[in-house]
Amino acid sequence: MIDFTFTEEQELFRKAAREFAETKIAPHVPMMEETNGGWDEVVKELAEAEMFAVTIPEEYGGLGMGYMGRLIALEEIARVSVATAMMYQVFGLGIEPIMKFGTEEQKKKYLPKFVTGERLPTVAVTEPSGGSDPKGARTTYKKVNDSYVLNGRKCFITNSHIADVQIVLAKDEDNPEAFTAFILEIGMDGFKPTHIEHKVGMRGCNTGEIEMKNVEVPAENVLGGEGKGLKVSMSAIGDAGRGGMVGCALGLQQACLDESIKFSNERILYGKPIGKLQAIQFKIADMKIDLEAGRLLGYRAAAIQDQGGRSSNEFAAAKYYTTEAAQRAAKMAVDIHGGYGCMEEIPVTRFLRDSYVLGPSAGTSDIMKVIVARWAVS
Amino acid sequence: MLNIIVCVKAVPDPNDADKLKIDPVTKSLPRSDISLVINPLDSHALEAALEIKRNDDAHITILCMGPPPAGNIVKECLALGADKGILLSDPAFAGADAFATAYTLAKAIEKNGAVDLIFCGMASSDGATEWVGPEIATFLNMPVVTMVNEIVENAGDEWIVKADYEHGYRKVKIKLPAVLTVTRNLNQPKALSFSGILKARKKEIITWDLKDLGVPVENVGLKGSPTIVTEMTRLESRREVEILEGSLQEKVDRLIKILKNSGVVNV
Ligand SMILES: Cc1cc2nc3c(=O)[nH]c(=O)nc-3n(C[C@H](O)[C@H](O)[C@H](O)COP(=O)(O)OP(=O)(O)OC[C@H]3O[C@@H](n4cnc5c(N)ncnc54)[C@H](O)[C@@H]3O)c2cc1C
Repeated sequence: MIDFTFTEEQELFRKAAREFAETKIAPHVPMMEETNGGWDEVVKELAEAEMFAVTIPEEYGGLGMGYMGRLIALEEIARVSVATAMMYQVFGLGIEPIMKFGTEEQKKKYLPKFVTGERLPTVAVTEPSGGSDPKGARTTYKKVNDSYVLNGRKCFITNSHIADVQIVLAKDEDNPEAFTAFILEIGMDGFKPTHIEHKVGMRGCNTGEIEMKNVEVPAENVLGGEGKGLKVSMSAIGDAGRGGMVGCALGLQQACLDESIKFSNERILYGKPIGKLQAIQFKIADMKIDLEAGRLLGYRAAAIQDQGGRSSNEFAAAKYYTTEAAQRAAKMAVDIHGGYGCMEEIPVTRFLRDSYVLGPSAGTSDIMKVIVARWAVS
Repeated sequence: MLNIIVCVKAVPDPNDADKLKIDPVTKSLPRSDISLVINPLDSHALEAALEIKRNDDAHITILCMGPPPAGNIVKECLALGADKGILLSDPAFAGADAFATAYTLAKAIEKNGAVDLIFCGMASSDGATEWVGPEIATFLNMPVVTMVNEIVENAGDEWIVKADYEHGYRKVKIKLPAVLTVTRNLNQPKALSFSGILKARKKEIITWDLKDLGVPVENVGLKGSPTIVTEMTRLESRREVEILEGSLQEKVDRLIKILKNSGVVNV
């Protein structure tokens, strides 16, 4: 028989994460919204709450709480701030390939520093030439003696201006079929973050561009072997990246549901709360059904990972379902609020803007369907 | 090493207050099918013990009487940093008043062995008698200070504590072993941490039932409770609202009149 209940320990993880989000992250949200900044403060809070240690194994100083622990933490953080959850999820995405493909030296060098937040990672794959088609990327590397020289530009990179360790995918200048992942560090000559994006939602979540101009990268910074770059980056995005987006989406759905229930209990029309109207109840039911279904998809995919399996297909289905459901939930939440749903000081307007940013990250809904179709017919 | 016991009660989650029902016959609060949280003042009691442990050699045992789900509360206390948990759970313990509760807890404390200090919250959020701490002290023949809001000196076995006293405070010298009941002003409880939760994996929770305690069934639970709740009435709380209307001058005049009539100002 399958056990669908969270363990007592997982319930405590959730409680700790919720307490953290409500007391330490919530106070930053207005400033993040207003300035599209404030990430340094938020990152400090995440580090102090041991959030970066969640997926890292104990032998490297981490907590080894696995995908389930990470999903619980993400869901609770996103319920309060999707922007924070997004930065946190991409730090996790940066940690993943070093855990999975790193040499022992690389693991020892980076993982203990990620645990404390002393160093922060991200993954940079997308380029102006199109995120859905990583092979079309134009960033190149060329082997010169014992090192590699990288040239190119990446866009839409989460944590671009915060992360000092960036896993960059590049194409062999002489062989357009060969891709390699490199660990770049801030401080390497010619490597720097450039433009900061102003997104419609997830304000305060750092997204931007990075530039590589003749960056010399030592051979020991190749991650997962030369020519293995697509596998390294795509498997990290497939598992940790999509899994992370599921957490962001579920938390946002819960927030939409919470605010909708609150408002529909408080708003009196025709002498009674609008929550008594069936039209409102049906919206709330739709949100709840989506949330329950999304949780089953997401936590199942996470459980498969923790049992040692791969679940990038399951995460693709969950990512598609939950990010689309988050957009539906945000629209319904805004609708339930009537005119207030158009006023910026009401949280649901932030939810609507945030929900639209969930879509493309870690692969668009179309791409998720391409993957799921391939899975279905395989 | 200081052996500290913290008595912790699992009380109904205030977020689920609308789901609470009182048993019409026993007039008690059935706890088995509602969500439970740590009694808020007991988390200050635990924090007091943890503060001592941060600076001195101490061992903290959590003692909780409640239905099996209260085990989660004990686990949470272990995750917060306590070393060992004891859950007193037996259908015979149900429906206990402050006296029977204190008796049962005192018997468990005796059974557990050496103890230097017993911390309790000043009161529970659902019972609010403030008696359990002093009654434990009585059963164990120990001194007690209630409503402790500061530990002034804690070296050796004579401690000095500050405690609430009407509009002022008392400063009391007390000889260990002793019972202290604490207020929320004593400290700020720390948040749960992931590493604390993981450390709790290796910590032990013992469950003792009536047989383990070896006490007569007449002395515990509803049977051992001399308190008789004869009647309960629902308290209606009504608020009167007046929205001031008119010009600014009229509103100010009206406000001054209201404040004068209620005795708040004297002009
Ligand atoms: C907030 C945010 C954070 C991000 N963070 C990162 C990051 O940290 N690192 C990183 O590398 N990237 C990141 N990205 C980039 C993200 O992965 C890309 O936006 C995404 O892969 C889509 O690429 P694109 O934007 O270039 O759109 P395109 O690939 O140009 O797609 C355009 C349209 O074509 C559709 N399409 C493309 N291919 C197909 C197909 N085969 N079948 C059907 N339809 C198709 C798409 O669904 C879309 O509708 C982030 C993006 C956002 C918005």
